[in-house]
Amino acid sequence: MKSLEELKAIREHMKRQMDLRDQSSDNIRVAVGMATCGIAAGAKPVLSAFLEEVEKLGLRNVTVTQTGCIGVCRLEPIVEIYVPGEEKVTYVKMKPEMVPEIVQEHLVNHRVVEKYTIGAAE
Amino acid sequence: MKELALYFLDIVKNSTAAGAKQVELTLTENERQTLTVVIADNGKGMSPELLATVVDPFTTSRTTRKVGMGIPLYRMAAEQTGGTMSIESALGVGTTVTAVFHLDHIDCPPMGDLPGAAAMMIQGSPDIDFVLTHSVPGGEYTLDTRQLRQILGPDVPLSAPEVFLWVQDYLAEQEKNLNAVSSGRQEKE
Repeated sequence: MKSLEELKAIREHMKRQMDLRDQSSDNIRVAVGMATCGIAAGAKPVLSAFLEEVEKLGLRNVTVTQTGCIGVCRLEPIVEIYVPGEEKVTYVKMKPEMVPEIVQEHLVNHRVVEKYTIGAAE
Repeated sequence: MKELALYFLDIVKNSTAAGAKQVELTLTENERQTLTVVIADNGKGMSPELLATVVDPFTTSRTTRKVGMGIPLYRMAAEQTGGTMSIESALGVGTTVTAVFHLDHIDCPPMGDLPGAAAMMIQGSPDIDFVLTHSVPGGEYTLDTRQLRQILGPDVPLSAPEVFLWVQDYLAEQEKNLNAVSSGRQEKE
């Protein structure tokens, strides 16, 4: 049975990790398009997959956010990744299966997964 | 959209886009397989003129881009089950969207992943007060993010992946308990 008390453990765990975090580490932002077009195209399981992977790998420097319509609805689900000091990368027609590779390669190893980007799709 | 939960996720976005500080999502099922869904916010609200146009996708597409297809699709989903959708709104006060679905109608989409969708509503707008209530004959549960925030303290946001996963699991358990209550009652009858 899950109880609200478990949140206390999450708080303590996260506080410790926050203290450990290197203050100079870059903050990467992942934005998943969650407007009507995104949701209808299957953005919900994609967002879920990002949150699960980021938690699994304990990536404290990654923030997963939800955004509105990016403007190319036919390429939804769309995910934008912002790495400080680098150009924004847009991944299109996302599926949950693509997420672990993008998290490992792009967010951890800083190598863009070209085959899933808008450049490769167009 | 294939699940009712996806519609709720979409419509709640309108509330947060309208600057709501509080959003309530209330699902009430009765004995006759009727589901009433109320989404009430204290966002900026709409003028009577805007309110009159939001349900029509063609007149709204240019002038009210923020609303777009969400509301028309939602209304269609409700009406396809023989239900209804209505909106009450007042400028500076907020907006309440009420939809009625007949769950036993063949064109009614399944509820789908309500725990996941609700956890995403919270993850996407971690600073608003969000209250989810789901009641069925014989049982109900409520989740209020003010309670969660109180326990988590100021340093851990509701948008954290760890918190999202916990909320999702917690709600899945609440839903399971609710199902047990309502199917138990049906067997007795």
